[in-house]
Amino acid sequence: MLEIDIRKKLRDFDLEVKLHVARGEILMLVGDNGCGKTTLLNLVAGLYNPDAGRIALFGRVLYDSALKVNIPPESRNIGYVFQSYALFPHMSVYDNVAFGLCTRRLPESDIRLMVKDHLEAAGLWEIRKAKAVDVSGGQKQRIALARALIIDPVLLLLDEPLSALDVHRQAHMRKELREMIHSACVPCIIVTHDLRDVACIGDRASLLEKGKITLTGSAQDVM
Amino acid sequence: MASNQADTGRLCKRSIAELVNKEHETIGIPSRTREVALKAGLALLLTLAMTFIALPLVALFLKSPPETILRSLHDPVVMDALRLSLATSTLTTLIVVLMGTPVAYVSARFHYFGKDMADSLIDLPVIMPPAVAGIALLMAFGRMGIVGQHLNALGISIAFTTLAVIIAQVFVSSPFYIRQARTSFEDVDQAYENAARTLGASRVYTFFHVILPIAMNGLISGAIMAFARSLGEFGATIMFAGNFQGRTQTMPLAIYTAMQGDLDVSLCLAIILVTISFVVIVLVKILTRRVYKNVRN
Repeated sequence: MLEIDIRKKLRDFDLEVKLHVARGEILMLVGDNGCGKTTLLNLVAGLYNPDAGRIALFGRVLYDSALKVNIPPESRNIGYVFQSYALFPHMSVYDNVAFGLCTRRLPESDIRLMVKDHLEAAGLWEIRKAKAVDVSGGQKQRIALARALIIDPVLLLLDEPLSALDVHRQAHMRKELREMIHSACVPCIIVTHDLRDVACIGDRASLLEKGKITLTGSAQDVM
Repeated sequence: MASNQADTGRLCKRSIAELVNKEHETIGIPSRTREVALKAGLALLLTLAMTFIALPLVALFLKSPPETILRSLHDPVVMDALRLSLATSTLTTLIVVLMGTPVAYVSARFHYFGKDMADSLIDLPVIMPPAVAGIALLMAFGRMGIVGQHLNALGISIAFTTLAVIIAQVFVSSPFYIRQARTSFEDVDQAYENAARTLGASRVYTFFHVILPIAMNGLISGAIMAFARSLGEFGATIMFAGNFQGRTQTMPLAIYTAMQGDLDVSLCLAIILVTISFVVIVLVKILTRRVYKNVRN
């Protein structure tokens, strides 16, 4: 289980969040622009440091201000899909997906097999040699997800994963995304401000307002 | 209130436009003729500017017949200057790239106390007169300089050696690289760095595998600019390193010296420098265009 109890002073308000996400559960984090959703993901990923509090994942402490523990992002093993996807523009689709395995210095043959599996599962094998910047929005989304899943993460963080897609493709991808995340069987937080995402993808939802969770419940409750 | 102000602004703009149109109508200038006159004026200005820059270059080539250039290429003065200039400029560029890349990255990505001051200091040699740079280097590393006197006591002499040429070149050309590299690093989206870190890459791995390759075209462009600036360096070199053939006499210094004797040698060296400058400009333009394309993507 992911346990979060953190505080951070932001420019306009204080972020104070206490929540938990169970294994295999998808928590939808909803809120207006600028309410601290992306900041919260970055804090959990270790890209920003909280001022105080604790983050633990299946009993492993990632951050604890009292114990002075702060695991760097590269050691947290968290799959993070950024809003812009952040695919490396100088690399091919294949190299983007293989990146997380290369940092772990796995044998080349293992990397090749694992990347092939993930690219085929995502329907991306045919375009493996294309530059990541030259593919469509839907393909970019799948590459970003494959890149996050291939490292066998213990937690998934997705920042508005469907916002860059057109409406028609969003509807198709919601179902696909839910299936892929559930098959990974890890806690997952998805940031969105689209209530259709909440209804179709999430198991549970939390409403974030000016840095505070004001409502948590089923997707229906929050909607 | 705000919408009232906006309405008033629009009314004022429309009134001015109407007045201008009316004025032109009254003095009888049709808008088409005005447009043609404006274009002709701009074309004339552009032609004058192009002629002003191209004329000396054309004159340089017209006054230097190919056979004279080829003959001068065998002159020891030309060969020594060419060899020394290429060797020192290459070494200078290597030093500038190795030292300047981390400096540019820190400047682009981190905020620290005195950052504005440090950035201004880095940019200073660009606007500092080269002769001032030369005398400043002499005061620092010359025989009686604040660092030079201690080195001299150890038997190390820098001024008026080939090393002095390189130091002068590094001093004047480093800002050209660092400024360009800083901009290139700033253009690399922080999200790439964050993505790499969450995928298990350390800061060093991220720098070499993600940030550096994305910024590479900009860095090469900066290195070419630094190389070109080193190749053309004159003032600081003659003040700090002197003008000794084969040791400190680079191409610009050889042009200046040969002007007092053999003009053909001067012309030959000048043509080599102009050709290199032209190639540099073309390369920088191509690479800069690629950088913008990457940033757009």
